[in-house]
Amino acid sequence: MALRVNDLRVHYRTLKGEVKALDGVTFEVGDGEILGLAGESGCGKTTLGKSLIRMDGRMRHAGGTAELDGAELPIGDDRAMDRFRFREVSIIPQYAMSAMNPTRKIGRMVDELLRARGAEPDGAELRRRLDLVELPHTVLERYPIELSGGMKQRMVMVISTLLDPSLLIADEITSALDVSTQKAVARTLTEFRERGFVRSMVFITHDISLTYQIADTIMVMYAGKLAEKAPADTIVTRPRHPYTRLLISSLPEVGVRYSDRRLSGIPGSPPALLDPPAGCRFRDRCPLAFDRCAEEPPAVEVAPGHHVSCWRS
Amino acid sequence: MRRYFGRKLLVYGLTFLVAVTVNWMIPRFMPGDPVQSMIARANVSQPAAVEAMRAHYTSLFGFDLPLWKQYANFWAALFRGDLGISVWLFPTPVTDVIVRAVPYTLALLVPAILLSWWAGNRFGAFAARRRWLENTALPVGYVLTATPYMWLAILMAWGLGVVAGIFPVAGGYGFALRPGWSAEFLGSLALHWVLPFLSLFLVAFGGWAIGMRNMIIYELEADYANYLAALGAPRRLIRRYAFRNAVLPQITGLALQLGVLVAGALVTEIVFSYPGLGHLILQAIQNQDFFLLQGTFLFIVVGVLIANFVIDVVYVLVDPRIRTGMGGEAA
Repeated sequence: MALRVNDLRVHYRTLKGEVKALDGVTFEVGDGEILGLAGESGCGKTTLGKSLIRMDGRMRHAGGTAELDGAELPIGDDRAMDRFRFREVSIIPQYAMSAMNPTRKIGRMVDELLRARGAEPDGAELRRRLDLVELPHTVLERYPIELSGGMKQRMVMVISTLLDPSLLIADEITSALDVSTQKAVARTLTEFRERGFVRSMVFITHDISLTYQIADTIMVMYAGKLAEKAPADTIVTRPRHPYTRLLISSLPEVGVRYSDRRLSGIPGSPPALLDPPAGCRFRDRCPLAFDRCAEEPPAVEVAPGHHVSCWRS
Repeated sequence: MRRYFGRKLLVYGLTFLVAVTVNWMIPRFMPGDPVQSMIARANVSQPAAVEAMRAHYTSLFGFDLPLWKQYANFWAALFRGDLGISVWLFPTPVTDVIVRAVPYTLALLVPAILLSWWAGNRFGAFAARRRWLENTALPVGYVLTATPYMWLAILMAWGLGVVAGIFPVAGGYGFALRPGWSAEFLGSLALHWVLPFLSLFLVAFGGWAIGMRNMIIYELEADYANYLAALGAPRRLIRRYAFRNAVLPQITGLALQLGVLVAGALVTEIVFSYPGLGHLILQAIQNQDFFLLQGTFLFIVVGVLIANFVIDVVYVLVDPRIRTGMGGEAA
């Protein structure tokens, strides 16, 4: 197993108290596996991604462990994590458009970053990778402002994977792109894996249909907890958790005319995580809820590799 | 590039034109009659002599001409480098009076402006995100920048000059000395320079430090800083980038602050009776010396304009975004 996360809890410190954005999540990502992490906004997927590489100042590691290739990640210790960052865990951030220093030529910035991490810049390899994402070598002589949004995105993808990390976190990287570019980005990510630039990947998105195209496994989160995790096909074709089912059914389907049948969403909104209700957190919106849902459902492996946290599964 | 500088030069040219015109107008619309005061100074009682003197002075200064002619003559003389004759130090040409005062003002202003900018930025960047410094040094910075120049100057003159007796409180050099290149004179010059310099430096320093501290915090929150930190880049590299980017608005700030600093220097010079331009302005106003006042203002206006132009050029050199913006325009 490349990544093994055990009962991870990460809270946000606020004036009103601790917001339990990630409240006990356990899962594994295998070698060479692409895990798609889906869920609506505020479900804790970005928090999970960030806590695996760098927590921001408001986040607090409240419990649980994360283990990468057998070594425990010191996720609560910002200094100690530096050793793992970039070399073992890397990230393509949500904000790729503004991720590069605007006043440095890109080539020089990459150079300075690599040297600062004690790695010898390998120009030839860098150029090979630029070719792979179809960026001209001249981008290295340009400032970020001179690149288009899609070019910046590809450049950041190249930078993030330059030291061949074991785990790559791709956080909502397609959200700001148009559909055709989204597809190209997804293809590039799988190619990165084929070529061994990264071993495994956590692909965070709220777009289940895109996840389905590249992920081997999909994990659906709800209100800081794991709802369901299964191979991509299973999630899409045979979901067991009511939330997953509603999520899938709220996607438009090819061949259905929505003038006849209105596309249904999921009524209601997720609970506030400052003081989350006891029991199943989806209970209030769940059409199948019953008495037992007042108790918290454990994640059960209903089939090999298929985990569901629901009493009804 | 050429278009950019062409436009800049045009703007500066227009500013110069307006500034010179206003500069010419102000003394002429001030109440009081300089000729009258000169005659009063001469203490002549015979009416005929008074009348002759009035006619002489009036035609000497060109006050008998219509206003528009005075204005045209003023421009013509300006291009010959002739700023007229001082009323106060009659008959010394204004140019000579100014040239004598300028070294003092420059020796005060240039180090005060540049050093406070440099040191304030360094200190602000260093203090940002260091809790104990932010809690101790920054409140001091706020007090400093909120202090009026002359108030701080008076405080220091009292504390370090009168009470402690370390520094002299008035003049540009010892009253007993004659200007020259002797070691004694130079030492006295330096000693007299310290207090006015320090009062200018401290006020500006506080402002720069606070501005820089805020800018650095903003930059450290920026996406590129987060990305670098996520890739484990050392703090030194991130801070270096943040500093460079945060300095850009500070350069603009410098351009804006120049005028304020010059004004501050004028007041400070008056407090310390320092023989620079500020002192001249005070004397010129008290003696209704149109030409001296005009000349000094003109000198200051030109100085500020040149300094701003230099900053414009520097900005182009340091900010690639402006440079590439100009490239795009040309293409």
